[in-house]
Amino acid sequence: MRRNIITAILYTLVTTIIFGVAYPLLVTGAAQLLFKDKANGQLITENGTVVGSHLLGQSFSAPTYFHSRPSAAGNGYDAANSSGSNYAPTNQKLIDRVKGDAAAANADHPGTDVPVDLVTASGSGLDPDITPAAAEYQVARVAKERHISESAVHDLVAKHTQARQFGVLGEPRVNVLELNLDLDHTAPLVAAK
Amino acid sequence: MTANGWFQILLFFALVLVCAKPIGIYMARVFGREKTFADVIFRPLERVIYKLTGIDETHEMRWTEYAIAMLVFSLATLLVTYAIERLQYFLPLNPQHLAGVPADLAWNTAVSFTTNTNWQSYVPETTMSYLTQMLTLAYHNFFSAAVGMALAVALIRGIARRESKTLGNFWVDTTRASLWVLLPTCFIYALLLVSQGVVQNFRPYDQAKLVQPLTVTTTGADGKATTQTVTTQSIAQGPVASQEAIKMLGTNGGGFFNTNSAHPFENPTPFSNFLEMFSIFLIPAGLTVTLGRMTKAPAHGWAVFAAMAALFFVGVFVAYYAEAKPNPLLHSTAIHVDQHTTAAQPGGNMEGKEVRFGIANSALFATVTTDASCGAVNAMHDSFMPLGGLVPLVNIMLGEVIFGGVGAGLYGMLIFVVLAVFIAGLMVGRTPEYLGKKIESYDVKMAMLYTLIFPLSILGFSAVTLMMPNLGLSSLANGGPHGLSEILYAFTSATGNNGSAFGGLNANTHWYNLSLGVAMLIGRFLMVIPVLAIAGNLAKKKLVPPSPGTFPVHTPLFTVLLIGTILIVGALTFFPALSLGPVLEHLLLQAGKAY
Repeated sequence: MRRNIITAILYTLVTTIIFGVAYPLLVTGAAQLLFKDKANGQLITENGTVVGSHLLGQSFSAPTYFHSRPSAAGNGYDAANSSGSNYAPTNQKLIDRVKGDAAAANADHPGTDVPVDLVTASGSGLDPDITPAAAEYQVARVAKERHISESAVHDLVAKHTQARQFGVLGEPRVNVLELNLDLDHTAPLVAAK
Repeated sequence: MTANGWFQILLFFALVLVCAKPIGIYMARVFGREKTFADVIFRPLERVIYKLTGIDETHEMRWTEYAIAMLVFSLATLLVTYAIERLQYFLPLNPQHLAGVPADLAWNTAVSFTTNTNWQSYVPETTMSYLTQMLTLAYHNFFSAAVGMALAVALIRGIARRESKTLGNFWVDTTRASLWVLLPTCFIYALLLVSQGVVQNFRPYDQAKLVQPLTVTTTGADGKATTQTVTTQSIAQGPVASQEAIKMLGTNGGGFFNTNSAHPFENPTPFSNFLEMFSIFLIPAGLTVTLGRMTKAPAHGWAVFAAMAALFFVGVFVAYYAEAKPNPLLHSTAIHVDQHTTAAQPGGNMEGKEVRFGIANSALFATVTTDASCGAVNAMHDSFMPLGGLVPLVNIMLGEVIFGGVGAGLYGMLIFVVLAVFIAGLMVGRTPEYLGKKIESYDVKMAMLYTLIFPLSILGFSAVTLMMPNLGLSSLANGGPHGLSEILYAFTSATGNNGSAFGGLNANTHWYNLSLGVAMLIGRFLMVIPVLAIAGNLAKKKLVPPSPGTFPVHTPLFTVLLIGTILIVGALTFFPALSLGPVLEHLLLQAGKAY
């Protein structure tokens, strides 16, 4: 008994050094050496300023941008406070929120029903993607607001649509931040009137 | 449901099936102290550890000493974790200057990670420093898993040995599990995850300038609305990949971030998601082969595997079916939402799910993570449809024996095997035998103890919480039957050492932190002791040569009987509670009722 207690204490110390210190440091070293950008969060820099990450969504509500999904992370897309809504499918708050968002969205896009992902909060609250259906739904509005042709916007959407990984895994998706940044480059907004 | 969805599910299972044999044989060699290709690196390191810690690797332990060593080691690591959590403000690697963790939360978390549960009552990115995460939480991810494997191996030895008083050496089994199996796999796996975009750094949180500034209107307590403009996005970082790897491989499941494997920095791509699901099942599936090999009855190992596989497919089918259907409350003529499944969108119930994973991978992940005692999530279970959320709940209630936790799944399953053999013996009126060992009253009593402690904790704590409205009802996020499901899920997850949650429940209160902590301790340690007692008792027995009356444990008939035993025990125990929670919610939802 006494021998096992002493061993337990020493064993905790020795293995903490191997598994709690050496292992994460070795992985960090190798990761920074082999995949520096990916290990640091794939930050997007424009003119020397960090404007986001390829992996993290941001809130977009202006009509000139493609909108992202609703977010329950902090005030919306708070990447230091990830969260889902955790609303049950029978929660009245969920029904009311979707009803309000859907009515607002469909008012801008007459004659179509809003794709479900655009009015449901993601699990992380940081989902960088929308479905191709949700992007397609917004093309006409963005083209009109930016005063460019719908086909030009279609091309941009197509450019930022990722197919299933290796043709099989996951679902097709469109990265909203990348798409909107590209939109700003190809059809910049006229400076404030 | 789509053809591609099912193809992904089958691809996942095929890979598990193919890898089970090689990893299982490798583990049998590791625990049998036979030669392996990794000896060159790890044998010297192993010797150094034994020398520094005073372990005699030739010493054999009886089941009681094995249990004591396991308990004192768990206690030592638990105390270290508690101390570091409390003191993290004064320790390095805390770039966000996070304060010390409050006492009740620190206790809950220390218990949670020691017991391989990884229940999290806190938001990690605003609570735990980088040091706390890597030095204590990730450390526990390794060793709670290694201890689980050691316990499973001790039980296998109990079955395999004859007229022996001992089960092996706890320290040696734990060391070999962590060095030979977990460490090298995690190193490679962590780098694979980084290649997909899982972060691995010690940076302070980055500040990004938002492309479109965000206007936020908040209503204060006085009812006045205040408007503020948010112009930056604070981006949490950290040594994530190293922890993510062992979080999944060791079926721990405690997220580096609040939303776990839904967070893009923990699970950025469909491929990282595929790897994470695969790594949950890898060791538990392999251990069935280890069982077959160490007991020299490989066909028995596969018969156990088959029972697990059958139950897995039932779960994933129900979850996928339920989630792919539209929410009837959003399907009315007043709300125009397109929930159809097309080539351009997965449709279905997307609340709480990520676009890159869609419905199929969210349903599969939820099934896998609760079949095993992992508890990582890539979608919010609280937002699942009632029947979709029923699957994870039932999976845990069946004892997490469908592949199950690393080690814990196998020894849980072997308890059901003992019961199944006992029932078969009763049916034909002969003394039951299991792989040449007579199953006698002591063994069955211990197996029943194991089976009864589990529902007692789950239903007992849930009942207390419901009967005392001041204790925990204010923590509920959802009304109606779903509220009951939230409480039931919390105590099921804690006792089952799973760690996933219906996350709407605010569990960071004194009552939940304390009661869930006790439930986790019961679920791990009180349940392990009967297992070791059975192991010790079986090891002592003589081998009985098989006779025509022996019930064979490698046939499809045995697999069916085993499945039946698991389902009957689980259903009889939990059906009343489930019928008031998810089942009732399903019926009310179909009738168009919201809360």
